[in-house]
Amino acid sequence: MIDQNDRPLRRASSSDVSEARLRQQAIGVKLRQMFDEVISEPVPEEFLDILRRADSQRSGGED
Amino acid sequence: MPNREPLDPASEAIFKRELVGLIPHLRAFARTLCGDATAADDLAQDAIMKAWDARASFQIGTNMKAWTFMILRNQFYSEKRRSWRQSQLDQEAAERTLIAVDDPESPVALDEMRLALGMLPPEQREALILVGAGGFAYEEAADICGCAVGTVKSRVSRARRALQGILEQGAYDRDGAPAGDAMSAILADAERLSGPR
Repeated sequence: MIDQNDRPLRRASSSDVSEARLRQQAIGVKLRQMFDEVISEPVPEEFLDILRRADSQRSGGED
Repeated sequence: MPNREPLDPASEAIFKRELVGLIPHLRAFARTLCGDATAADDLAQDAIMKAWDARASFQIGTNMKAWTFMILRNQFYSEKRRSWRQSQLDQEAAERTLIAVDDPESPVALDEMRLALGMLPPEQREALILVGAGGFAYEEAADICGCAVGTVKSRVSRARRALQGILEQGAYDRDGAPAGDAMSAILADAERLSGPR
C-alpha cells in the first residue's frame, strides 16, 4: 500500500495545534464510522411491517 | 395536532418512500440516544409510527430527515421523563450494546468510542452526533434540539473536548479496568480509514 500522506502543512511551531486537530479528526472519523455501522445494518422486518400495516389501514393499499 | 388535509395518494407514496429510506438513519440516531439496541429499535419504531400519523403536517420539500429526527428525539425525552429506571439501566445498557455490536470486523476502538460517548451529558452527545455523524448543519441540529444555534455550537465543542479527554485518559470503566490507549487506537484506526486523499 502506498501512503504518501506526509502532512506537509505540519510545522514545528504549530505542532500542538496540528496534533489537537488530528485527534479531533480521528474522533470525527470514528463517530461517523460508529453511526454508519448501524445505518448499514439490515432493517429488521418489524420496521417495514409498521408501514405495511399503515397501508392496509388505508383503503386497500394499492401502490 | 395540526389539522391539515390528508395527503393525496401520490404525495403519500413519496412520503412513505422517503420515510422507509430514513429508517436506517433513525435507528442509528436512536442507538446513540438509548445506548441499548433493543430499546433503540423500539424508540425508532415509535418515531416512525408518529411520523406516519403526522404525515399530513409534513411540508413536502422540507428536510424530512431533520423532521423525523426531531420526532424521534421528542419521543425519547418524553419517554425518558416517565422512566425512573433510566439511570440504573445505563450500565446494563452499555454492556448490552457492546454485546450487540460484537462484530469481529469491528475494531476495539469503536467500543471505546461508544463507551466514551455514553459518558457525555445527553445534550452534548446528541449535538455532537447530529453534527459530527448525522451530517446536519448547526442550524438544522438547533431546530431538531429546539435550542439556539450558538448553544449547539458550544455543546458540540464541549463534547469534542470531553471525548478527547475521556479517550486519552481512559477515564471510563471497562470491567473495572481503565484502558489508557483508546485514543491511540482511535488515531491509528482513523488514519487507516481516512487514507491518503
